[in-house]
Amino acid sequence: MIKAILIFNNHGKPRLSKFYEHYTEDTEQQIIRETFHLVSKRDENICNFLEGGLLIGGSENKLIYRHYATLYFVFCVDSSESELGILDLIQVFVETLDKCFENVCELDLIFHMDKVHNILAEMVMGGMVLETNMSEIITQAEAHNKMEKSEVRAALLRSD
Amino acid sequence: MALKIVKGSIDRMFDKNLQDLVRGIRNHKEDEAKYISTCIDEIKQELKQDNIAVKANAVCKLTYLQMLGYDVSWAAFNIVEVMSSSKFTYKRIGYLAASQCFHEGTDVIMLTTNQIRKDLSSPNQYDTGVALTGLSCFVTPDLARDLANDIMTLMSHTKPYIRKKAVLIMYKVFLKYPESLRPAFPRLKEKLEDPDPGVQSAAVNVICELARRNPKNYLSLAPLFFKLMTSSTNNWVLIKIIKLFGALTPLEPRLGKKLIEPLTNLIHSTSAMSLLYECVNTVIAVLISLSSGMPNHSASIQLCVQKLRILIEDSDQNLKYLGLLAMSKILKTHPKSVQSHKDLILQCLDDKDESIRLRALDLLYGMVSKKNLMEIVKKLMLHVDKAEGTTYRDELLTKIIDICSQSNYQYITNFEWYISILVELTRLEGTRHGHLIASQMLDVAIRVKAIRGFAVAQMATLLDNAHLLTGNTQRNGICEVLYAAAWICGEFSEHLEDPMQTLEAMLRPKVATLPGHIQAVYVQNAAKLFATVLQKHEGETDSQAAQETSQLLIDRLPLFVQSANLEVQERASCILQLVKYIQKLQQKNVEVAEEVTALFAGELNPVAPKAQKKVPIPEGLDLDAWINEPPSESESEDEKPKVVFAKEEPKHYRSRHTEVDEKELARRREVRKQEQANNPFYIKASPSSQKVYDAPGVEHIPVVQIDLSVPLKVPGMPMSDQYLKLEEERRQKEKAERKKKEKKKKREKRGKGRKADSGPESEEDITPAHQVDIVTEEMPENALPSDDDDKDPNDPHKALDIDLDKPLADSEKLPVRTHRPEVLKSPAEDRDSKSVPQETKKKSSKEKKEKKKDKEKDRKQIKPTVHWFPVQKSSKHKKKKQKKEKEEKEKKKKKRHHHHHHHGDAGGEDSVQNGTVEEEEPLPPMSNYSLLAENSYIKMVYDIQGNHQDESKVVVSVIFENKSDSFLKSMEFNVLDSLNSKLQRPEGAGPHDGLTVPFQLPPGVSNEARFVFSVQSIVMPQKLKGTLTFIVKSDESSTHEKLDFKLHFTCTSYLITTPCYSDAYAKLLESGDLKGSSLRLEGINMPFHHLLARICFHHHFSVVERIDSCASMYSRSIQGHHVCLLVKTSDQTVSIDAKCDEPSLLGNVLDEIKQTFSKC
Repeated sequence: MIKAILIFNNHGKPRLSKFYEHYTEDTEQQIIRETFHLVSKRDENICNFLEGGLLIGGSENKLIYRHYATLYFVFCVDSSESELGILDLIQVFVETLDKCFENVCELDLIFHMDKVHNILAEMVMGGMVLETNMSEIITQAEAHNKMEKSEVRAALLRSD
Repeated sequence: MALKIVKGSIDRMFDKNLQDLVRGIRNHKEDEAKYISTCIDEIKQELKQDNIAVKANAVCKLTYLQMLGYDVSWAAFNIVEVMSSSKFTYKRIGYLAASQCFHEGTDVIMLTTNQIRKDLSSPNQYDTGVALTGLSCFVTPDLARDLANDIMTLMSHTKPYIRKKAVLIMYKVFLKYPESLRPAFPRLKEKLEDPDPGVQSAAVNVICELARRNPKNYLSLAPLFFKLMTSSTNNWVLIKIIKLFGALTPLEPRLGKKLIEPLTNLIHSTSAMSLLYECVNTVIAVLISLSSGMPNHSASIQLCVQKLRILIEDSDQNLKYLGLLAMSKILKTHPKSVQSHKDLILQCLDDKDESIRLRALDLLYGMVSKKNLMEIVKKLMLHVDKAEGTTYRDELLTKIIDICSQSNYQYITNFEWYISILVELTRLEGTRHGHLIASQMLDVAIRVKAIRGFAVAQMATLLDNAHLLTGNTQRNGICEVLYAAAWICGEFSEHLEDPMQTLEAMLRPKVATLPGHIQAVYVQNAAKLFATVLQKHEGETDSQAAQETSQLLIDRLPLFVQSANLEVQERASCILQLVKYIQKLQQKNVEVAEEVTALFAGELNPVAPKAQKKVPIPEGLDLDAWINEPPSESESEDEKPKVVFAKEEPKHYRSRHTEVDEKELARRREVRKQEQANNPFYIKASPSSQKVYDAPGVEHIPVVQIDLSVPLKVPGMPMSDQYLKLEEERRQKEKAERKKKEKKKKREKRGKGRKADSGPESEEDITPAHQVDIVTEEMPENALPSDDDDKDPNDPHKALDIDLDKPLADSEKLPVRTHRPEVLKSPAEDRDSKSVPQETKKKSSKEKKEKKKDKEKDRKQIKPTVHWFPVQKSSKHKKKKQKKEKEEKEKKKKKRHHHHHHHGDAGGEDSVQNGTVEEEEPLPPMSNYSLLAENSYIKMVYDIQGNHQDESKVVVSVIFENKSDSFLKSMEFNVLDSLNSKLQRPEGAGPHDGLTVPFQLPPGVSNEARFVFSVQSIVMPQKLKGTLTFIVKSDESSTHEKLDFKLHFTCTSYLITTPCYSDAYAKLLESGDLKGSSLRLEGINMPFHHLLARICFHHHFSVVERIDSCASMYSRSIQGHHVCLLVKTSDQTVSIDAKCDEPSLLGNVLDEIKQTFSKC
């Protein structure tokens, strides 16, 4: 199970947070801070696994993260997930974002958090991996956008 | 141009969208909180508007603010409003917001049930998808219960996109509503073979997640997963399956045996590191499960270790990390294989990556031996010095202590060395683990008697230099060791060379700055030291020294009497008074030493931490029972005498109790002392030290002249190193001596052959430097061995520990909305019934194949496991599986009886269910199979069963037994259909065609085939004429034969054993819809429980309740008629009052019951 997915930048500003277990807003912020603290002090070129996030779930869980330019992508998972598999999944996620936003950068995530959420929802559902095939994820995301566009268009036509 | 206008209108319509909000926040870095609070006010205004677009926009902004840590639960109702918008765009916003901030405590969630249900059944697949995604995040037990059935229907949706989401969300539903697991499981299982890889992957995912928590319930799926593993190419699925197997193998080692080969193949063939790694991991799990009593799998271990070495040597830090992680698993069972890679692991200790260093440390823990312990610890001590950052250093410290103390100090050969290591560790700055070091010091000093002298000397130095430890306030973690030092010096003060000096050190004014609990120990042990000093000076003519000591105490103790700490104060004032009194006596020249020493006489024994918990409850002691009846509230007058009584009683109790305890304790102590006396080298549970060596004698101990004051006064000079050298020398010397001896021996028996060369030192060769008596920790006698106190009772997965192989009962069907009663028949069960025969047939053929292979491979393993290859002839019934045990008991009764145990059991279980459990004689064997027809070639017996899932079908099981010496083949089974009952023929077959029996019968063999009949009315019994045609093939000829028969469909065969709870039963009877009838049986001469069992067994009833010689029973027809019986017996007369909503059915059933009993 994936317990949480966090994206924050090099300064610890959250860009997306998805918790698959309920925490209060305060605890969530605390977790984000703690995770940032743990992850940010690690050098590049060292392993991408971290044990012992104290707040989420305890010792069974691992933090698996990747660092891209200004952003950290952190998955908090338990022992039923394959470490290397999750690393691949993060890669798929980022590549998908790249395709959907055409050269994704931090600003895209800042201004379109809802879209990032929707793309993520096609990959991970309720803490379990739903789809790992990038083209399938993109197809669904595009279908969603198409529907949205057609609805907006219909609304516009009506308002005119 | 037109577009611009349109855009403008939208901007006007939305006051401020998400992008504007984000931009605004970024522009107000200084007063962000203020800006956001104005935004929230705006949002509140927007939410008040009727326009759904405005509301959705507001909710979208709230979702963003939620991420920033703002509580938005106040808008929960608005979120629900947006969720129920008919537009996908808004709906999605609503569900996203809900998934981010709804949880079980959100009360508006109960308003969403119908909306979600509507969305789930929406014709637009994306509405459904969005609803499923949202629901997966906030499903509550109520939602799970109400929507389980809808989601289950979606599992068979035409669109794979919906199917996979529905399958995945079922896991969440199971967690919240465990009752749904059993009804949904057949369909979930079916999805493992879904044509769409995404759906398949989802199903694998869910089952893996379930099986991880309760693996034993999923063992029966092993063959299916095995097939998937060998056929699937999706690495993600493979990884999950392989991980699942890792969880299953500990429960079924034979499964592991099967796995080794395909896994090894995968290891060799795959290029995906993730897959390779998981394969290695599971092979390790298999090897662990096989490690006992299996021929060596050294090849597999070697392969794993070798692959892991490649991972560890990889430049990718991730692989390195995982390699070490997996290595530590091998270590547990095959330490030898890992130990050869010590170089690699020590190398990892220097890695720049802390995670990797920590993993390497873990590995070291398991790699130590007597031989290399000192060396490894020396390395670690170097790392301690180098380490920057306290966390890593603390980790090193705990690891050092763990490594040394593991398995009862098994690997320590020289405890002086260990004490020195501990003392060196006290020099660590700012460690949090002072208490850990302290407890080690205490433990060693108490349990290793031989070391006490040395330990006391070291501790005295520590006390003397306490200022080094306490000087820096940052170091206060470490001052815990003073606690241990003070106690050791006090308790074993007879070993002190200069107790007076130590006493002085313990009473320095500086001590008052230590934490209270340490001061308390100081004060108490100062008193012990005082006693020792007195003892020392006793008998001396000059009592000056003793009196000086008293004076010292009298001078210094008042400092502690003023302590704010209650414990310190109390002890100090008590001891101060005592010393004052002693001083008085001393001045009168009274000898007091002996009496003072008596205050602290007696030895303390180490007690295991769990000892108290393990004290078994004595027989007959009920801790919950009242010793005295509790005073009843109503009788207030009685209160007084009771109170008096209660007061007196415990007093008696206590005094008696302690007496017994003391006696008992003394006795135990005596026993233990003797035991230890007889066993001078007493190390618990260390197999390598079974041999008792000739004691080297005190003079052989390398006596080291250590200037004890040096190491502490000059921090940084490691003195444990000296031991390392000494130890080496000692071992060299011993080795040389041994060699000499061996040479002698060799010379003596030169003729007898070669002696193994004594090249590398083996474990057993190393003798400890000291004759060490490690006292085991005390445990109560006959302590309970149970260790299961660490299971978490709150684990949500506990509720999912459900047997999935049991057939479904009606009561387990998922709740369905009442306004759609036609769905009451759960579709899952429907499918289940249809899919089972097919599936099992497929399986059985595959199983046979596999079995053959197995046989060739390993002749000893002919008997297959229950889970892996259920032994069953051909088509089999799902229910049979769990009746296996019973079947085995009655094996001699032949296969013919296979089928009926089901009912026999059900009856048996149920009759105990609510009734009294008394000693009842065993039931005679019963059979439901009755003769269908017989001639010289063949015999047919049959049984008719109603079908749970289909109200118009019954299954006729016919066992064909070949009585001849010839081969019977081409059997064809045919019946003449009546208007009411028809044989189900395959599509395309004519109404008069026979059905081919799917097997041939060699001589003397019997086998079972099943035929499905459809029936319309079930209220009347019926007979169908039929014919079996077959070819008899002997060596020279073959003849065509036929056999006519009559199939008798009794009304009983339309009844299905259905459990019913007594309250439901009572309601049913009260409802008044049932018509009554009754029956009297005379001259029944059998025990009542036999009678009941017979009715249960032959007529498919279950016992609802039984009171003495009266029982209520229940059954249901396949068309849902309720049949209730009240059976009473007295003097060979049995009266049955019966009620049913269909009088003619009831009449016929009663007639059949009558017949059953007239036969016997």
